[in-house]
Amino acid sequence: MAGYLVQRLWQSVLVLLAVSVLSFVLIFLSGDPVAALVPLNARQEDVDNIRRAYNLDQPVAVQYLIFLRHAAVGDMGESFRFKSDALSLVLGRLPNTILLAVCSMLLSMVISLPLGILAASYKGRLPDAIGSTVALLGISMPSFWLGVILILVFAGGLRWLPASGSGTWKHLVLPTVTVSAFATGLLIRLVRRSVADTMGQMFVVTARGKGLSERTIAWTHVLRNSAIPIVTVMGLQFGALLGGSVVVETVFAWPGVGWLMIQAIEARDLPVIRAAVLILAVFIVAINLAVDFLYTLLDPRIRLGARAA
Amino acid sequence: VSTETATRPAGVAAGQAVARGRRRRPLNRQVLVGGTVVLVTVLVALVSLVWTPRPPGAQDLGASLLPPFWMDGAKGGFPLGTDLNGRDLLSRIMVGAQASLFVGIASVLVGGVIGLVLGLVAGYFGGWVESLVMRLVDIQLSLPGVLLAIAILAATGKGLFNVVLVLGFVSWVQYARIVRGSTLGVRAQEYVLGARALGATHGRILARHILPNILPPILVVATINVSSNILAEAALSYLGVGVPLSTVTWGGMLNEGKQVFELAWWNAVWPGLAILLVVFGINLLGDGLSER
Repeated sequence: MAGYLVQRLWQSVLVLLAVSVLSFVLIFLSGDPVAALVPLNARQEDVDNIRRAYNLDQPVAVQYLIFLRHAAVGDMGESFRFKSDALSLVLGRLPNTILLAVCSMLLSMVISLPLGILAASYKGRLPDAIGSTVALLGISMPSFWLGVILILVFAGGLRWLPASGSGTWKHLVLPTVTVSAFATGLLIRLVRRSVADTMGQMFVVTARGKGLSERTIAWTHVLRNSAIPIVTVMGLQFGALLGGSVVVETVFAWPGVGWLMIQAIEARDLPVIRAAVLILAVFIVAINLAVDFLYTLLDPRIRLGARAA
Repeated sequence: VSTETATRPAGVAAGQAVARGRRRRPLNRQVLVGGTVVLVTVLVALVSLVWTPRPPGAQDLGASLLPPFWMDGAKGGFPLGTDLNGRDLLSRIMVGAQASLFVGIASVLVGGVIGLVLGLVAGYFGGWVESLVMRLVDIQLSLPGVLLAIAILAATGKGLFNVVLVLGFVSWVQYARIVRGSTLGVRAQEYVLGARALGATHGRILARHILPNILPPILVVATINVSSNILAEAALSYLGVGVPLSTVTWGGMLNEGKQVFELAWWNAVWPGLAILLVVFGINLLGDGLSER
């Protein structure tokens, strides 16, 4: 068990290092960042000064090491645009992104667990047809477009909810529904499949033979044994929610990390892009780690043997 | 199926075949409906290469924001209405199918080939190659594809081919995992051992004995990947980091129409419905194929 934990932690560190290299190198493919910082008619002397001030005159490998050393103590440079600390800028937006992701995850669970179980219990009949169609629509809909349509209907037409911004629970409703649509579709399909698989197992037949009610069987015997794949996908999905929120936050002008990142891309604000990518990655890696530990609680077999790939 | 029926009395086998045929029909319906949608989309894209009701780029400021045909103020010749620049939405929707299908299919080919090669090598040779590939898979899996695609495209700049390469690059993992898994299974088969004993080279074994046997599950994943990459392209183009507006795309149309959605809802609805329909069709097809 301890060996497994150490192995997973080590692996997470490797992932983060890879992410840092990637986010560092990629942004250098984009051409000269100094060009974004100076006016077109700037004197060569000023350009050189700025280049030196941001260490952009050093070789890329040296710049990376400088970047890594600073990042390790939480210094990810200063935003070109806002002239303030990039990391605190990103961290300041993080609570909004997490709030949106958590609410969306909860909403998808509340919808997908009962719908998925219902679909599996009535496989091939009406509840299954409804559940499966809703699920397929959920995963086929472009989430940003759903956001646009929701704005048109509920903010433009009916005037029930605000179209953009944040602050009250009303601002949270439309973005949450939008972000959760895809995850809901995916989870309904997954719950349906894994519950249906579990229902075919012998212990369910036994439970039914003992005379247990269908509800007891579904909630205690079936759901617990279907939990592993569901928890896995929910963990992965939470990461995807954080990534997907980049798009949706922009639609609703939701002041999270995603919107900040898109604005930073438009302004070629390197330190902020980097900090945003890194912080989101740290978060996602942490969640994946948490999911793995959750496994060991759900399935004691994993504690003993190595995890199958 | 054939070996199973061969071991049973003829009468029973015949009865089973009938029953199985009946049971299969609802599954075929998914393939039928999904396949039809995909086929129609492909046809529309092909037709739009040579003919559209109007030139998709033709601006007519006198015809700005005309509504679709059933509403007051609609004008003949613009059945789905027009955008701010007076361009015909029907023609643009038709042409937009080209980019969606091209990006969807081309990016899957890119990702599929990368994943296939890495997965085959990892599963067949094992050892440090396998550890390396699986470590790469772990890294890639812990990052959401859209986030990665946005970051890469922010660096490389927009472009149709950049989008294809980036989406291919972020989707190789799915193939690598499946290919490695099934290669491990096939490698242990006796006919592979037999081929080795006869002196076949690794390349020949991989190409002739392993690849054909692991292809079906890959095709199902590829089908569904086409649809997810079409969705991703639409999102990237909508955000303004994907395909540039000089190429007509559904995501790009939504990006351009942003300012007029409240005035002219049809600018928001048609491109999104087109995306939804195509992706729905492909997913339905993939579902039908995966359940056989």
